[in-house]
Amino acid sequence: MVQVSRHDIVIVGGGGAGLRAAIAAAEANPDLSIALVSKVYPMRSHTVSAEGGAAAIARDDDNLELHGFDTVKGSDFLGDQNVIEYFVENAPRELALLENWGCPWSRNDDGSVATRAFGGMSTKRTWYATDKVGFHMLHALFQHSMRFDNIVRYDEFFVTKLLVEGGSCRGVSALEIRTGEFHAILGRSVILATGGAGKIFPFTTNGTIKTGDGMALAYRAGVALKDMEFVQYHPTGLPGTGILITEAARGEGGYLRNNKDERFLVEYDYGVGDKAELGPRDMVSRAIIQEFEAGRGFENRYGNYCAVDLRHLGEEHIDAKLPFVRELARTYIGVDPVHEYIPIRPVVHYMMGGVDTDINAATELPGLYAAGEVACASLNGANRLGSNSLTECLVFGAVAGRNAIDFANGVEEGDPSALVAQAEEEAVRVDALRGNGSGSEHISPLRLEMNSAMEAGCGVYRMQDTMAKAAAATRSIRQRAADLHLRDSSRVFNTEIVSALELMNMVELAEVLAVSAAHRKESRGAHTCRDYPTRDDQNYLYHTLAHRTEDGPRLDRKDVKLGHWVPQERKY
Amino acid sequence: MAESEKMMRIEITRFDPDRDEVPKTQEYEIPVQSDWKVLDAINYIKDEVDPSVSHRWSCRMAVCGSCGMMLNGEPKLTCKTPLSDYGSGVKIEPLANFPIVRDLVVDMDGFMDKFRKVKPWIVRAKERAEDMENLNEKGTFSQSPAELATFKQFSMCINCLLCYAACPIIANEPEFIGPAAIALGHRYNIDSRDEGAHTRNAVFRGEGTVFSCSFANECSEVCPKNVDPAAAVNQAKLAAVVDWAKGLILPREGA
Repeated sequence: MVQVSRHDIVIVGGGGAGLRAAIAAAEANPDLSIALVSKVYPMRSHTVSAEGGAAAIARDDDNLELHGFDTVKGSDFLGDQNVIEYFVENAPRELALLENWGCPWSRNDDGSVATRAFGGMSTKRTWYATDKVGFHMLHALFQHSMRFDNIVRYDEFFVTKLLVEGGSCRGVSALEIRTGEFHAILGRSVILATGGAGKIFPFTTNGTIKTGDGMALAYRAGVALKDMEFVQYHPTGLPGTGILITEAARGEGGYLRNNKDERFLVEYDYGVGDKAELGPRDMVSRAIIQEFEAGRGFENRYGNYCAVDLRHLGEEHIDAKLPFVRELARTYIGVDPVHEYIPIRPVVHYMMGGVDTDINAATELPGLYAAGEVACASLNGANRLGSNSLTECLVFGAVAGRNAIDFANGVEEGDPSALVAQAEEEAVRVDALRGNGSGSEHISPLRLEMNSAMEAGCGVYRMQDTMAKAAAATRSIRQRAADLHLRDSSRVFNTEIVSALELMNMVELAEVLAVSAAHRKESRGAHTCRDYPTRDDQNYLYHTLAHRTEDGPRLDRKDVKLGHWVPQERKY
Repeated sequence: MAESEKMMRIEITRFDPDRDEVPKTQEYEIPVQSDWKVLDAINYIKDEVDPSVSHRWSCRMAVCGSCGMMLNGEPKLTCKTPLSDYGSGVKIEPLANFPIVRDLVVDMDGFMDKFRKVKPWIVRAKERAEDMENLNEKGTFSQSPAELATFKQFSMCINCLLCYAACPIIANEPEFIGPAAIALGHRYNIDSRDEGAHTRNAVFRGEGTVFSCSFANECSEVCPKNVDPAAAVNQAKLAAVVDWAKGLILPREGA
């Protein structure tokens, strides 16, 4: 039996983008009912882990042209310039709104909001709340969302399918984790805001919930995934756990050092102005790997690492600006950055790619919108600048909320019986997984196999043959994931089923990522091929689209929306 | 990751409401690494030994607030607590003072209701469009570092619920609104941008609220983020009384 509920719009995901969308929709019309569906309680969403800040112009020495060009250049000219222009224009208002809603932004002495330097940003435009920016933004959004009676939360519901009827998206089917019951949550439009998919890799800053569920939902519904080959490695993660040491550590004046105690980034000349450490993430990650290869990395049981050096900043400055960095370093690697180096190495952090969306946060499927990391609006192109993504959640979350309302207002409610029938099929499919002892593949080893294939083939530096191997391996892993062996037959809070569904999502994306990467025979932004070391605008200045077929992804091209910023060599 | 393996005994509460009348304890003997947190041991069991063990976790960096559990009877964040603190064995139970849903998973609905009851958002007398005179040219309120500092500590709560598991009042008086929710309401009351203190103080004076607290301080002792909810509760008590007394002298409508 499927339980049916009806709303005007359905939002999947309760992090920064989903909450912003919900608030925008709730404000637009208090008579509309907004379902906010999340596999976790909203304050657990991974936005919570973002540390360094959110970008928007705030100072007199800054302007739209500068933020726009920094973003275009950071994207290695693969960003869509109309999207970038819209983003930089709307970013200040969005961050100001969050201020009005209670976000405890750090302040200047005159009471204005303080900003800090970040990689690839030509001036201080990163708003911050010490170094727990994602945490404070998420909690401010979640708490503010509670004032709206028309936001109806479905906490700990796992969405299994987009319900499509008459050519448009009209709801979702979902497993209520706590009871094991199945639901059809219907609406006249749907927004995906489920975040990224870092967990397809073994070593990532991402929390365990970052399994790309929304990307997989859209992909299975026939919507294209775009630019999935572009994976951001953050230069500074703790070895072993992958826990993020924020870029604000560099922004606040920290150095990166090799085993000769050298500020090696000075030699690479990626920095902004006279600050060698303020390069963009793709370039700094590559520099660290080059240091390893030249024998200038430190080594411990987790392999090579370099170091973040904050000692010269002093205890007072570290405690004032980077208290979380200090807490994390002490708790998770046993070093106090006031006195010691923090070991770091590049770590999978962010998916530039995602569900293909445009400036309206719309996908190719009518009634389906997406915002935040799950989406690829092409703000970030081939490499995202640090602190643009939190702001992206707000700017395009709000766009998605407003446009989903507009769409919903223009269509009739779908035929509920057809939608409920789809949800019933889903209930049968998911129920068959429960305690399914006849499958032959086990979740944990298959997940590890996927992780290893991705790390071997789609790391910071890539080779044609290793990417091709990863593509073949992930295809086989995807097929094998259809035959999972489960042991927990219980109904209530069965997390094994959730893990199985997450793995089935991740294997789809791993394959798309590897196939997309193998096809792009150039180096651009975060996609660096040793056999094709330069950018090739002649042949590859386009977005990669991937549509699902049973035999694997079918790739197409989509034009990059250029504008007044003409592609040029990307030098810092 | 070659390292001599140490074995450890992990006891986990097991409960499936469809099968069990009462929770029981299951023991696992597993190899552990020296740098593991308690959460790593639970995840090892789930991945390698018994996939039916159910628990909540996500960020594994002490900020999402999902993985609070009782470790040898004390509420802790399992992702932050070194396994090596426990020698040869540790007993892991769901958070005390909450109904158990399954294994290590508790029912948070009651907390979420209390959380919303304190109106944890900025309350302004006017809508934003009519409030622009109070904003600067950038559209933000002015707030000095000192004004920020008054409430910042109370805004650090990750809703991990350890303080509820430690609270001796909640144990006897489940309707007590509790440390985290009071700290949160108080956080907004003392935010220079907020105008909702009068409304929240009325909530604080209501049944099962601030005056139930006997200042046992257990909440602050277990808080993994040094929020000091006990201090918030104490300040909130005083403010709620002052606000009530003012109301006797200068009657006004609720905001």
